[in-house]
Amino acid sequence: MKFGVVVFPGSNCDHDAWYATTRNLGQQAEFLWHHSEDLKGADAIILPGGFSYGDYLRCGAIARFSPIMNAVRRFAQEGGPVMGFCNGFQILCEAGLLPGALLRNAGMKFICRPVELEVATTNSPFTNEFSLRQHLTIPIAHGEGCYQAEESVLDQLEAEDRVAFRYVDNPNGSARSIAGILSAGRNVLGMMPHPERAADPLMGSTDGRLIFDSLISAYALTSK
Amino acid sequence: MSLTLQEVSAHRLTWSEYEKILSLLGREPTFTELGIFGVMWSEHCSYKSSRIHLRKLPSRSKLVLVGPGENAGIIDIGDNVAIAFKIESHNHPSFIEPFQGAATGVGGILRDIFTMGARPIAVMDALRFGKLDSSETGQRNKRIVHGVVSGISHYGNCFGVPTVGGECVFESCYDGNPLVNVFALGVFKHDEIFFGRATGVGNPVIYVGAKTGRDGIHGASMASEEFSEESKDKRPNVQVGDPFMEKLLLEACLEVMKTGAVVGIQDMGAAGLTCSTCEMGSRAGTGVEIDLKYVPQRETGMTPYEIMLSESQERMLLVAEKGREQEVFDVFHKWGLDAAVVGVVTDDGMLRVRNHGEIVAELSNRALADEAPLYDRPYTKPHRTVPMEAPAFASTDLTGDLTRLLASSDVCSKAWIWDQYDWMVRTNTTQGPGSDAAIVRIKETDSSIAMALDGNGRYCYLDPREGAKLIVAECCRNLSTSGALPIAATNNLNFGNPERPEIMAQLVEAIEGIAEACSFFETPITGGNVSLYNETLGEAIYPTPVMGIVGILKTAAPIPMQFAQPGRDIVLLGGLGASDETHFGGTQYAKVILDTLWGLPPQLDMDYEKRVQAAMREIAQAGLAESAHDLSDGGLAVALAEASFRGIGAHVSIESTLRPELALFHEGPSRILVSTASPGQVREIAAKYGVAADVIGKTVNDQLTIGPWVDCSIAQLQRPWKTALEEALH
Repeated sequence: MKFGVVVFPGSNCDHDAWYATTRNLGQQAEFLWHHSEDLKGADAIILPGGFSYGDYLRCGAIARFSPIMNAVRRFAQEGGPVMGFCNGFQILCEAGLLPGALLRNAGMKFICRPVELEVATTNSPFTNEFSLRQHLTIPIAHGEGCYQAEESVLDQLEAEDRVAFRYVDNPNGSARSIAGILSAGRNVLGMMPHPERAADPLMGSTDGRLIFDSLISAYALTSK
Repeated sequence: MSLTLQEVSAHRLTWSEYEKILSLLGREPTFTELGIFGVMWSEHCSYKSSRIHLRKLPSRSKLVLVGPGENAGIIDIGDNVAIAFKIESHNHPSFIEPFQGAATGVGGILRDIFTMGARPIAVMDALRFGKLDSSETGQRNKRIVHGVVSGISHYGNCFGVPTVGGECVFESCYDGNPLVNVFALGVFKHDEIFFGRATGVGNPVIYVGAKTGRDGIHGASMASEEFSEESKDKRPNVQVGDPFMEKLLLEACLEVMKTGAVVGIQDMGAAGLTCSTCEMGSRAGTGVEIDLKYVPQRETGMTPYEIMLSESQERMLLVAEKGREQEVFDVFHKWGLDAAVVGVVTDDGMLRVRNHGEIVAELSNRALADEAPLYDRPYTKPHRTVPMEAPAFASTDLTGDLTRLLASSDVCSKAWIWDQYDWMVRTNTTQGPGSDAAIVRIKETDSSIAMALDGNGRYCYLDPREGAKLIVAECCRNLSTSGALPIAATNNLNFGNPERPEIMAQLVEAIEGIAEACSFFETPITGGNVSLYNETLGEAIYPTPVMGIVGILKTAAPIPMQFAQPGRDIVLLGGLGASDETHFGGTQYAKVILDTLWGLPPQLDMDYEKRVQAAMREIAQAGLAESAHDLSDGGLAVALAEASFRGIGAHVSIESTLRPELALFHEGPSRILVSTASPGQVREIAAKYGVAADVIGKTVNDQLTIGPWVDCSIAQLQRPWKTALEEALH
């Protein structure tokens, strides 16, 4: 399976996503420059963490206008799997591919530490290898990870089983402890925690691998 | 026009320095030239008070590829891979404007690393603040802590380099003089190394990165004077950092280096365009001619003086091969950055600055960079005003003392700080902050790099020479505890006003102590930084040399600091150590429980220390240590408590002739706590090196007992340790 890792100026987890997918998972990966609309034949797209365009205005506010996002939007509309981690999640929300917004953490401070997550649905190409309510340890590293949306939107997310992960001990004030959500088509995942940092045994946890493994097995089914 | 004494001293030059300028030039300098001399001959840029002593430091080994004098030292780690690292201070700016001061401190040292071609993969910080509970200055100190920590966090996190460790100490002497020392380390291949040299007459000199503004003018000279009541008016001298710009600059620089069009490159740090032009020329023995009209500018109406002295951040100067300018432009434009040819390399050894064609400065590169005055400043005995004899003391509650020590600002958990740093980005950090040493693996090799920062102002105040040696020993011990072999060092020398002979004496003795210890432990110093004039209203800081030492080990899961299993034997490698009341006066116990300072630092036997460390490394490499933690602040009792904070405690008994306060809390070096399932093998290895390996007890669940003096639950000790800093900051 071939992953396309988008590189915005200011992306800084792009190499980590590339390393996790190639070295830890044995898949192919290519970097996709923000100024291009060419997805280079990728089977799945990763919007990595970082500070796209510096994020001085609002996280992801400028990235959504970049040429690559036109291509990513089309790819997602056609059902292609798209994952946004951390800044990538922020960009997906800004770009309208996912509902809601990520605000400053409740404590107003940047937080970097491994946190415990609970799998909230296994009905998605990103979570099919998990068991429901399975607990995972995956790191977070963000200053603006407080997920918020209108009550009706939150209700709808829950009604449609589109909450992918919840924090066990909410670190940033996110509404309903939401750590990650799915699009209506279930092919776009946005999450604040960094699964690419939990894919290598040397990094203390490999719980993030199952997200990629889920996708790889879902892909294997569809491409048969 | 003749320059006045006032104008000369406004540039922090003495009249005799001015006379030296006159004789070098054979004429009066222009105002711009005076400004250029002022910064290049400042203490910050020229090391004029410390240079003759810095020569005593060892700087060679077979692993040293590049030693002092370049932007960073470079060490060979095998497999055709090298690391570049250095520490640098941003003390003065961090007091005036904590957030930007600390942020640009991170930015500056990162540029020193990537200007050599290395990609930064780790940062650490050594921080010193005034006391948080002071009724007069506590509020201000808290503001400084918040500002500095968020400045480091902002810059490092956005840039995408993990802040993997460091240390933080609170002491009244840093009230008006916080210390912010930032260490950075980068990695590259041997054939990817670049130097700051303007070689090749006729080659274009290209300015890249952020535009030049009026910020930071005179930063280098400001860093070379004491603080007074007027210092807060110097806020405009502090630069403003843009980590996003720095990230782009990093990627663009590493990419342009791959084109083969770059001949030399240097960042514009202290003294900006001035320093980069004349140093690049001086190193290559060439001249550099530039015209300021080509310099990208952010503000209008800047004078040549301002453009030359600006310390705007995120700028680089590079020399390219003639005819390949477009290749350079293409890369920088891809990253959305300015790149402009501002001049040319010449053969006459001069820095010639034109402004729209008209010459505004014409000085010899060598005179600026290498002929700064060199002072052998007089020194007497190191300044100290504390007694040699211990006061009378007797503890009534040793468990209570331990709890207080664990909740004290120096010993308590610093998680509040490092939770704000992204210490994992780049997925190399196998051991992060809060450990004895930080470890990052080097991808695509079998090697990891361990690193630690250490300093101890109290020890160095009591005896700068012995204190400095203890710091080197401790820093190496931190690495050895992780199984790493220490291979090279950098140092940051933070002292008061060198024009005071008793302060100069502290500096000289500390340098000589570091020299002796670094030679002994085979950790050559490949570069570093000297920060003098750390005084406010005539009050100097404790002499605070900070060591940054790096070591190498095979990549593997790290040995945890905390006990991992109950029922294991606890070995005190190195033994209980020696102390007496005189050598107890610099300990955390003396500071926290007795609130005083006296006597001498702990005694160090370097030969024994080296053997303990060699034994530890062998124990680690043989896979015999389930946990390992070195003894330092707070001695044995604190180390046992810290090793218990994953929930597995200890039941130990101490047989010592020392009085209990000393036995529990003395800070004698050369001791490491190891838990193991194979005590026999551990003792065998220790015996081979002729060092003690006392089995002092066993690991148990939930409880810490140090018979016959301490007995309590781990939770009772851990809670105050965990929450103390956050509570102190509110």
